[in-house]
Amino acid sequence: MGIGLTTLLLLGALAPLGYLAFRLGRGKALQTMASGISMHSRPQQYGWYSVVWMGLPALGVAIAAALLSVFGVIAPSRELVLIVSLVVAILGLAQGMRAIRPEVRARNALDNIIRWLLLSAALISIITTVSIVLSILFEAMRFFREVSVWEFVTGTVWSPGDTFLEAAGRGDEVGEGTSFFGSVPLFAGTFMVTAIAMATALPIGLLSAIFMSEYATRAQRGIAKPILEILAGIPTVVYGFFAAITVTPIIVDIAAFFGLDASYSNILSPGIVMGIMIIPFISSLSDDVINSIPQSLREGAYALGTTHSETIKKVILPAALPGVISAFLLGVSRALGETMIVVMAAGVRPNLTWNPLEDMTTVTVNIVYSLTGDLAFDSPQTLSAFALGLVLFIVTLMLNLVSTYLVRRFKQKYD
Amino acid sequence: MQRRLTGSANDPLIRARYRRESRFKAYSITALFVAFAIIVAFFTDIISQGYSAFWRAEIEVTLDYNERAERIGRFAIPEDLREIVSRGAVRSIPLQIRNNPALAGTSRTEWVPVYSRIDQYLKGKEELPPALVRQVDELKAAGVIRTTFNWAFFTSGDSKLPELAGIFSAAVGSLLVLAVTLVFAFPIGVMSAIYLEEFAPDNKLTQAIEVNINNLAAVPSIIFGLLGLAVFINTFGVPRSSALVGGLTLGLMTLPIIIISTRAALRAVPDPIRLGAFAMGCSRWQVVRDHVLPLSLPGILTGTIIGLAQAMGETAPLIIVGMIAYIPEAPTSIFESATVLPAQVFTWASEPRKAFVEKTAAGIIVLLAILLTLNATAVFLRRKFERRW
Repeated sequence: MGIGLTTLLLLGALAPLGYLAFRLGRGKALQTMASGISMHSRPQQYGWYSVVWMGLPALGVAIAAALLSVFGVIAPSRELVLIVSLVVAILGLAQGMRAIRPEVRARNALDNIIRWLLLSAALISIITTVSIVLSILFEAMRFFREVSVWEFVTGTVWSPGDTFLEAAGRGDEVGEGTSFFGSVPLFAGTFMVTAIAMATALPIGLLSAIFMSEYATRAQRGIAKPILEILAGIPTVVYGFFAAITVTPIIVDIAAFFGLDASYSNILSPGIVMGIMIIPFISSLSDDVINSIPQSLREGAYALGTTHSETIKKVILPAALPGVISAFLLGVSRALGETMIVVMAAGVRPNLTWNPLEDMTTVTVNIVYSLTGDLAFDSPQTLSAFALGLVLFIVTLMLNLVSTYLVRRFKQKYD
Repeated sequence: MQRRLTGSANDPLIRARYRRESRFKAYSITALFVAFAIIVAFFTDIISQGYSAFWRAEIEVTLDYNERAERIGRFAIPEDLREIVSRGAVRSIPLQIRNNPALAGTSRTEWVPVYSRIDQYLKGKEELPPALVRQVDELKAAGVIRTTFNWAFFTSGDSKLPELAGIFSAAVGSLLVLAVTLVFAFPIGVMSAIYLEEFAPDNKLTQAIEVNINNLAAVPSIIFGLLGLAVFINTFGVPRSSALVGGLTLGLMTLPIIIISTRAALRAVPDPIRLGAFAMGCSRWQVVRDHVLPLSLPGILTGTIIGLAQAMGETAPLIIVGMIAYIPEAPTSIFESATVLPAQVFTWASEPRKAFVEKTAAGIIVLLAILLTLNATAVFLRRKFERRW
């Protein structure tokens, strides 16, 4: 029996049992009430009460068995699990029926069970974070058992390719120790693309936000804001195509016009397109922040005789600075983790340079390339993806925490 | 030096300040218009590259089911047209003859797609050798080659031959993945939000959950791919490349979005409604189920649609869990290997052949059309059901 079929059979059997439990429970309550005894809760609440008695222990047994077999403690056969669960369901139904008495507070019991159910749903997001940390950390540790942390952090040569030959049993063709995992060139590429993106997004985003919140009429703002937000809804794979097919050739042509030699996978093109992607984040966050600056600050400045732009530059922007910085940091965190644009438009050659017209590669590109080949899962190259992912996760997490902190301080000040 | 403080149009200092004022305003307008210009340029570029893929050239050809065609379909095409007719159009002829031996020796006239390079030439996108150009032009003038709407782009799956490649299997894959995402993330997301907004006491655990959800919303999507690979595939043994693993991975990614927007929708329901229901003797769950949830449902749906639209455009985590396989046939279950629209776009974009460029752009047009529709639906829902209390 497949796992899908077992689940289907279990649920298929529990559904009619649940209906039966509801009818029986409500029936018993109605009968009691008909005989003149008053019950604590409504009849249908007793119905649900017996459904819970029937279903919860049975599902608990099934889930426990599934978890036990996933973690390899014991592996009971699926038929056994199915039968045991159904027996438990019937026993639970009988117990539930017995438990229905006038003084039982079915309504309160139901509320409590629902509270626990909702809490366990809310805990799934915690479990997600914990499993991100644990799984990435675990695989990264395996990587660092083979490659020293020092080499990973300070090495300037990244060439995992040779371990591929080793994995294929041809290690002697390349000799010992020829695979290098110095991540500096990758982080340099990520830093470069992020810097270009922010240099594009910050002026356009911030100035647009200033126009929308300070100069535009309500109607203009009502049109401009949704149009800018179209940019946020475009999938990154589309930006990647745009960068690779349209922007890169333009940049190569312009560079050639000035007598410069640009690579066809130059880092400038994905950087600019990533900046375009980030414009709406910067503009809408800054717009919110500028709008929440109290009007009294503006009026105080006008009363001193400043012009509108002087008010903006000398009063509003300094007051909004924490919010703008937080928008900037969120933009940086987006740019660091952005994958498709760089995979499609940036290079794959680790290259340590300051020239944005050369090709560079980034952390995310290497995560994708080391996990899409037909490599064994425990080769150092595959594991290196998790080490890179770990660094990426930590850095973006810090940026987010700082950014949330700044926004909260800003809100406390003006709300 | 004494300076006049009253505004005078002749005061050079004040004039300089006014000039600075109008310059600054001009900068801010320019920034906005640069952004608009980029949007216009972007859409013009994609549409002009992709619209031609919605048409394709077909040729009327007499297919001869002769003996040689029983083994290799190509021989059914008249010899002088073999350079022009798509190989893919006749690939199935040996199978047809095997299934229906009565076909052998017959012939029939049919409209079939032309070879992709000819198609590209007719669209003015690629050069051909002069002899072939002459032949194609003559056929076109004679009405043997026509251009029709490319239905096959919507009804067929991926193919190594650009003239036959379509988005159908990717669209089905996207649908399956989104279904899994919705089934997983919607109930859990709404339940978490109800807990946090309506039930949770203000303690350390609740605060931890809240901080955690806000951080999850900002984790780069590729990290969710690593999680999906390590947990779903390696620990739980979910089949790689399947819609199930893709949907679960995107579900975890969409969860914070749904939670955050559901909380906002629940918070928008004013407290007197809850208090009124409590006063009538409702339990907390009855208040939520009968009063708060129905009132906040439009907001919850809006947030869910936006979350799903985001999941639908996502590529990076799906590549990590292997959803960039070559899938010519649409998957029929969530356990089979599948691909999704953005991943299909990515696969086509990495094809070196020129005919795939217009396919990529056309795939993007379809994807953008779906996403814009979804987002417009969300905005419409919000406008229609928005209530001011």
